[in-house]
Amino acid sequence: MIGASARRVWGLIYRHLCLYRRSWPRLVELAYWPILQMCIWGFTARFFTSRAVGSEHSSGLVMAATALLAGVLLWEVAIRSQMGVAISFLEEIWSRNLAHVFISPLRPWELILGLIGVAFLRVAAGVVPAILVAYLLYAFNLFTLGPVLVLFFANLMIMGWAVALGVVSLILRHGAGAEALAWSLLFGLTPLSAVFYPVSALPVWLQPISRAIPATHVFEGMRAVLLHGHVAWGQMGWAIGLNAVWLTLAGLLFASQFHAARIRGALITIGE
Amino acid sequence: MDAIRVEALTKRYGTTQAVGGISFRVRPGQTVGLLGGNGAGKSTTIAMLLAILVPTSGQIEILGHDMARDRFRALKRMNFSSPYIALPGRLTVRENLRVYGHLYSVRHTDRRIAELTEELTLGDFLDRPAGELSAGQKTRVALAKSLINRPEVLLLDEPTASLDPDTGDMVRSWLERYRRASGCSMLLASHNMAEVERLCDHVLMLQKGRIVDEGSPEALRGRYDRDTMEDVFLDIARGRGHGAQTQMTAETQS
Repeated sequence: MIGASARRVWGLIYRHLCLYRRSWPRLVELAYWPILQMCIWGFTARFFTSRAVGSEHSSGLVMAATALLAGVLLWEVAIRSQMGVAISFLEEIWSRNLAHVFISPLRPWELILGLIGVAFLRVAAGVVPAILVAYLLYAFNLFTLGPVLVLFFANLMIMGWAVALGVVSLILRHGAGAEALAWSLLFGLTPLSAVFYPVSALPVWLQPISRAIPATHVFEGMRAVLLHGHVAWGQMGWAIGLNAVWLTLAGLLFASQFHAARIRGALITIGE
Repeated sequence: MDAIRVEALTKRYGTTQAVGGISFRVRPGQTVGLLGGNGAGKSTTIAMLLAILVPTSGQIEILGHDMARDRFRALKRMNFSSPYIALPGRLTVRENLRVYGHLYSVRHTDRRIAELTEELTLGDFLDRPAGELSAGQKTRVALAKSLINRPEVLLLDEPTASLDPDTGDMVRSWLERYRRASGCSMLLASHNMAEVERLCDHVLMLQKGRIVDEGSPEALRGRYDRDTMEDVFLDIARGRGHGAQTQMTAETQS
């Protein structure tokens, strides 16, 4: 039973691996945006820190630049994770293959696992080159954050999955008209996620909204490691707890929209 | 046990009734045709049998499994072919068949692909992207995909649409051979009357979501006093032959 289930999940992952193996532009595109972001923010940070050399604010600016680079890299993990799930689902719509997938014995949760597997590989293909660029161009080593980096990565990926499930649910509900959300939804959360600045920089009335986002606690935790040299386990606890809540809600939303799509016949007509 | 058992199947979209309380059975090894004009409810019926569309009411049992509660057990023993649903065009034929081999948990997938390649003569384009194939080649690939799991129940939606006569005949011959060899039950939706006459033991005539007549092709031709199923189809589509239906109903009741 588990073996059959694993094979179905692998079947979906294999389908997407074949797609990437056959298309170098797709592979390049995976790494293109993370590297571009790293270049833009890396050179910006270098510019400001070079201007501050010798001044009394020098060490503070260097620390801020380090936090900025770490933030850019870690935020890419969440964005690539979300896009990995949502765009892989869209690939099935674009190739008009969705009906074949849903009349196979593939369970909806196996579909999600398969998409998550593809997203994991997309994150690796997108973020690892950007980490290398950060090291080569700016001598910034993300791994100096220590073993807690694994928790940062995991929480940001899980948040990406939750947002992607919301996007997929909206696509099931509204069809191809909701496609653009696959690229834009998580970008919209950037100002509230404390990626580049602490929550305290936000207006007081926005701070509770910001604290409801798991990424906020990851980035506050990241700054705690970089600035104070200790792991803020409380922030990690919040990130894990919020992820559990959001992922559960997103799963329930997906299940309800999937069932509604089966009632409306949307699984046959979606993308037309 | 019937291969397919459908009871009072209904599908409504708001106030529009797409399928109105149809009941039918497909016995093991039998091929049943689903005939009707555009909008008669053929595709909706097939979509409900495949569990991709939830009925408003009624019951579907396939190979003894209630599709409302236990659809995945049935889905792994059945399959579907339609020229209107594509396979990923950037994947080669072999890759596509491997994907579906995995999705249907087929043992020795590559061996099964080799068998289908020989039987459906896919060898010349097995490693070409599916999107670059001709209509006839795509239909053969779609058929190979639908047979990857050696289905006990096969649903076919116009399997020879857009094929030249030679390729169409090859596909029909292959379906006949497969049914003889495997004892597979088939439900065939088609506009090709010659195909229906050749392949089907029993025909369901659908109109506006209801079964308006049924029987073997010979019985239907005799009942409407027509030489071809095409003329029978036209009689029913244009509202002729009502007396024949009444007679049939009386015969059935007696």
